[in-house]
Amino acid sequence: MSLRTHSAVLRWIGAAAVTASLAAVAGCGGGTPAAAPADGAALTIYSGRSENLVGPLLDRLEKAVGVDVEVRYGSTGEMAAQLLEEGADSPADVFFGQDAGALGALSGAGLLAPLPADVIAPAAAKYRATDSTWVATSARARVVTYNPDLVPAADLPRSLDDLLDPKWKGRIGYAPSNASWLSFVTGLRLIRGEDGARQWLTAFAAQNPQRFDGNGAILDAVAAGTLPAGLVNHYYLYEKTSEVDPAGYKARNHYVPNDPLGLVNVAGAGVVEASDNKEAAQRAVAFLLSEEAQQYLVDETGEYPVVEGVTPTRDYDLAPLASLSPPDVNLADLSSLEQTEAMLQQVGLL
Amino acid sequence: MPTTTTSPARTHPRRRRATGAPPFLVGWGAIAGLVALVPLVYLVVRSLDAGPGAFLEVLGRPRTGELILRSLALAGAVTAACMVIGFLGAWLVVRTDLPGRRAAGVLLALPLAVPSYVAGFTWISEAPGLAGFWGAFGVLVSVSFPYVFLPVVGALRATDTGLEEVARSLGHGPARVLLGVTLRQVWPAATAGGLLVALYILSDFGAVSLMRYDTFTLGIYTSYRGTFNRTPAAVLGCVLVVLAALITWGEARARGRAAQLVGRGVPRQAAATRLGRWRPAWAGFVGLVIAVSLGVPAYSLTHWMVVGSSLGVDLPDLGDAGLVTLQAAAAGAIVTTVLAIPVGVLAARYRGRATATLETATYVGHALPGITVGLALVFLGVRVLPGIYQELPLLVFGYAVLFLPLAVGAVRTAVVAAPPRLEEVSRSLGHSRFVTLARVTLPLAAPGVGAGAALVFLTIAKELPATLMLRPTGADTLAVRLWSYTGVGQYAAAAPYAVLLVLLAAIPTLVLNRAFREHDRALRAQEKEDR
Repeated sequence: MSLRTHSAVLRWIGAAAVTASLAAVAGCGGGTPAAAPADGAALTIYSGRSENLVGPLLDRLEKAVGVDVEVRYGSTGEMAAQLLEEGADSPADVFFGQDAGALGALSGAGLLAPLPADVIAPAAAKYRATDSTWVATSARARVVTYNPDLVPAADLPRSLDDLLDPKWKGRIGYAPSNASWLSFVTGLRLIRGEDGARQWLTAFAAQNPQRFDGNGAILDAVAAGTLPAGLVNHYYLYEKTSEVDPAGYKARNHYVPNDPLGLVNVAGAGVVEASDNKEAAQRAVAFLLSEEAQQYLVDETGEYPVVEGVTPTRDYDLAPLASLSPPDVNLADLSSLEQTEAMLQQVGLL
Repeated sequence: MPTTTTSPARTHPRRRRATGAPPFLVGWGAIAGLVALVPLVYLVVRSLDAGPGAFLEVLGRPRTGELILRSLALAGAVTAACMVIGFLGAWLVVRTDLPGRRAAGVLLALPLAVPSYVAGFTWISEAPGLAGFWGAFGVLVSVSFPYVFLPVVGALRATDTGLEEVARSLGHGPARVLLGVTLRQVWPAATAGGLLVALYILSDFGAVSLMRYDTFTLGIYTSYRGTFNRTPAAVLGCVLVVLAALITWGEARARGRAAQLVGRGVPRQAAATRLGRWRPAWAGFVGLVIAVSLGVPAYSLTHWMVVGSSLGVDLPDLGDAGLVTLQAAAAGAIVTTVLAIPVGVLAARYRGRATATLETATYVGHALPGITVGLALVFLGVRVLPGIYQELPLLVFGYAVLFLPLAVGAVRTAVVAAPPRLEEVSRSLGHSRFVTLARVTLPLAAPGVGAGAALVFLTIAKELPATLMLRPTGADTLAVRLWSYTGVGQYAAAAPYAVLLVLLAAIPTLVLNRAFREHDRALRAQEKEDR
């Protein structure tokens, strides 16, 4: 009977499904760590920073705070969107993000609870949100990455207006959907005003800048020699050169002090308003500002500390924070991203 | 007569009204429809959040129209190329004496497991000059032609070769038989696969972003990642839904006009078509497709492992991630296929406005970026199903929303090819419609249903954005680990996860092939008995 032969296929598929399910059950036992303890004291951290960078730090945090910590890793933007969607029902206690814009957006939506003064006290005043809903945990500078074979030192820009010179036409890269690029544009708006910013962006768009997926892609293109220079954050270079031989990776950081190009942005943390464990969550944020955590962040990621007196023990070719002279921008104001997006739409850079 | 060709007009007697469908099938299909509706409801709620003014503002942006055209151009070109490669590959593997066809049958399915952002990264790092339309085109074709290859393989295995033999005996040349008979036989399967490709290309951000070709999803991702404002993303998501519905409708028209061929229920595989002096050329073609789609990522992965300093394989972690992936993909494939069966059967047997709408509804999720569907389930999860939020059941639910069409298309195509006459015989013998479905229709459609499940499995294994949002805390799939390492530039550490992902993807393909071989053996034994 023909149907019998057909059912051979079904039998095989059925057997495969059973096998897969058995493997799945086995995986359930071995693959997933134990769930939160029943007393509900576990702390859930939404981390927009990578597990490979901050995983060991959050292990130490677990010890320091003395409660079980569960960390969900994601990208800062996606996690912020998820938190916004969860709203008052969020299972998260702490948000640890890559970017002041994301923290500002969550704060603006009323999703972050104010932090007690003693928790945020270690951070310099410019690294705290005006309403204390979040605090920076490390700082990063915007830089121009360049390939020394393609760009002589004399040609490096001293200000963002230098990038409007015809010699840069088609030779500079940026990442249109990247949060730090958008923060830079927001900073530009705050520094030069709406008209000034629009003027610069229009001229920059006319320079035919090259669009990239993100900072990493820009650095790779610069190192490969297919792009002379690009606008990125300073620490990506250390990420890249920790993987491949720095001598063969031809991308260099060029700092631009006293200029919007040299904006200093931050990664930071806040306690989620929906948290039912705010006290432990606050201790977790306090730990991120401890000397131990600051030293870790500075050493492992090549970022700048937000607490006085911490210096990297590893040899990063890092310009001292004091020499950066970043433009004077209130980081909390970097959340006016909708106007930034509208302007970028207008000038055709998005 | 082994097969019956029916013109569209003659298929009408089978196109009973949807009202004629058995209630259990309608109820079961309605559940699938509800699942598929989740992202639509979410998008409408979110996009009207800021009032109709904001909705129109986003639509009226200067770049919106341009980006739609760029997306459609890419989707059209990639779909066409995938249909050619997928069809020829399937024909070579199933119907010809191509050397190494068994291995090719497995290898040609595997590229589907290569995440587009991995393929994109490997291409751009080996050849930065490829950036732009053609780079995006190449990467996307290399990872998505199995969407066509797998269903066409299923269709070729389920259809009879009798008509091809008749054509050959009438003196038609090989090209004429291939295009005039074989292609027409599997056309519904090929267009169903092409539809999946087109919708997937609309949703992709990873490859196009790395290859620096701006498409419609750029606005969606900028909205989520850069400006943390979900309203524009939702409005743009609505546009994708409309585009997806139009494309799905267009596919149904293209499919409907083609002559459909109904097998007699026992496909007989005749002697393989001899490729003759063209054999080396065809082997070269298949070799090239495999080299580009699997060879380039493999070369890049090896290169990373050699030059990278982050290499140090954590075997227990790799094993855990492998098991979690297997668990999620297997559960997702089973649930998705079970939900897809009624939709596919209704679409094949009870064609009408209601079933067409249901079918279209299940397709739109595939055109939406994973992050949008992920957020829709976050929206649903925290409000309606807090008990399973960030637990496996909700994750599997999300996979079903995203990948339902992969299985729906496969089920429908397979059921269409199964002769309704046998079902009528079963009914006339007094079997209920449920028994008839379970014991006649589904066994006949098994090859296609299996191919659909395999397609879902492969696609789930590499899914990232929705997995990141919905997975149980700490349960990392291979794609999550891969993302975690590549996100900080640790490519050498990432490589073993990518390799295991592709190896895992071989499982469903091998199982299917095994099943078909057993099937063929049983068939041969049966024929001997008959004689």
